[in-house]
Amino acid sequence: MTALAIQQLDKSFGGLRVARGIDLVVEAGERRLIIGPNGAGKTTLFSLITGEIAPDGGSVALFDDDITRMPARRRAHLGLARTYQIITLFPKDTLLHNLLLSLLGLSRLRWNPCARLAKQDALQQEARQRLAEIGLGHIADRPLAQTSYGERRRVEIAMALAQKPRVLLLDEPFAGLSLEERREVRALLATVPRDVTIVMIEHDMDVALDFADRITVMHLGEIVVEGARAEVVADPRTREIYLGE
Amino acid sequence: MKRVGWAVALIVLAAVPLWVGGSFYVNIVSQILIAAIFALGLDILVGYAGLISLGHAGLFGIAAYTVAILLEHGFGHSVAIIAALGMTLATTMLFAVLALRTTGIGFIMITLALGQLLWGLGYRWIDLTHGDNGVSGTSRPMPFNISLDSADHFYYATLLIFVAVLIGMAILTGSAFGASLRGTRDQPRRMTALGFDVWTIRFIACVMSGLCSAVAGILFFYYNEFISPHALALSASAEVLLMVIAGGSGTLLGPVAGAALVVIMKSVMSAYIERWNFTLGAIFVLIVLFMPEGLVPGSRRLVRFLLAAAKTGRGAAPARSGG
Repeated sequence: MTALAIQQLDKSFGGLRVARGIDLVVEAGERRLIIGPNGAGKTTLFSLITGEIAPDGGSVALFDDDITRMPARRRAHLGLARTYQIITLFPKDTLLHNLLLSLLGLSRLRWNPCARLAKQDALQQEARQRLAEIGLGHIADRPLAQTSYGERRRVEIAMALAQKPRVLLLDEPFAGLSLEERREVRALLATVPRDVTIVMIEHDMDVALDFADRITVMHLGEIVVEGARAEVVADPRTREIYLGE
Repeated sequence: MKRVGWAVALIVLAAVPLWVGGSFYVNIVSQILIAAIFALGLDILVGYAGLISLGHAGLFGIAAYTVAILLEHGFGHSVAIIAALGMTLATTMLFAVLALRTTGIGFIMITLALGQLLWGLGYRWIDLTHGDNGVSGTSRPMPFNISLDSADHFYYATLLIFVAVLIGMAILTGSAFGASLRGTRDQPRRMTALGFDVWTIRFIACVMSGLCSAVAGILFFYYNEFISPHALALSASAEVLLMVIAGGSGTLLGPVAGAALVVIMKSVMSAYIERWNFTLGAIFVLIVLFMPEGLVPGSRRLVRFLLAAAKTGRGAAPARSGG
């Protein structure tokens, strides 16, 4: 079954074309790596998939549902979750509150002005459990601003996973992490069950190439090469993009 | 401990007519409570939704004018109050739809323009509003056959409504919706990605804020038994915004402290200090310099600092003597 099907996706900012007729098919359960130099349009592609940016043309389908014109918030309810290149969380709030918000996003409770959040035992318990699963249960009540970069990255991934995604988009999850932190994030991603499809943008090839089933190379808003690891590495266009002619 | 503090505050407030002496000061506290309800309403937007409005006096004025005009045309108090709430809610919804097309400076400018539009209507629609002469009332309502004509009775009615608004705010801010609202203030992009409908959450916040403004506007009219376009002016919107910022936005007590500061300066200190506006301005500058987060959070920080300093001092003394 196809998890994500993108056809002829186009986007321009003024005279700058950032997505040029992108066609991309990701099968359910697949681990897809998207690589390319800075400015290739990788993050823009994620924003087009999640609906944060509206495309000029083309279509996006999630498990055969056309979501091209669907608001971003509704896509989250259909099982599309993402992380950001620059960690986008709630630094003044505790780790627990961050997790609570991600659980609240899919709950009808989010509209309730009378239900005390602190008294929602089921939510609180699940949030603590999610933090315990990523090894941060002991600092659940600490403000996010007082945690390390690597811990924040893990919280962000845990928040995305708490949304019970069917497709998870990870935008450079290893960027800025120390070797130890990379190992922790890698171990965390290895625990994600196969029924969650993962599309990841990453520059760290040592980590990313091991992770991916298939690799897509982007350059100047276009998909240039696509295939299995060996095919992509051997393709002369990949070398040309990264090393020049 | 917190509950004890609230209970003591309530007892002190309930006993105001007994200890302040004279209806003048009871009326001052009534004014503070009315301003506090207005400021609490604005705080829903400023403190919890991160949306700064400069048009709230317009909503406050719509409620006051609706009551005044309906009473003038022979309608009863109940009809006038319900109509005022309804009219303000409808206006708030319209304003919200227009203003929420944007955030930040755009939101401020749209609310400013809409507030000025209402001020212009109050000033120029003379057949209805009597322009600068304003609309006078002739009586106050009599809930449960209790006359609100005396300063004490009116104060207790205002206090009751103030406590209800404060409890409502406490429930709202601690609720799941309150968390959603604060989330849209801090990271709207992330909130959308988490599945929250940011626009609708902000719209509901606008409606709640408008409702508080309406309640304050109705009380303001009954307190003065008069309403004129001055209550809708930009200076009135700026004044309530200053109450929120000076007291501490995003807190329950901040807007109350800000309201107390402004009303006391306007109504009490102005009798002793000719240039009270200058003094009020100077106080705001000092607050911004030394407690940029506002009086209430700033005072809490100061108390924590002093307690920590005292603790350190106590801890250090034996060490010195031991050495």
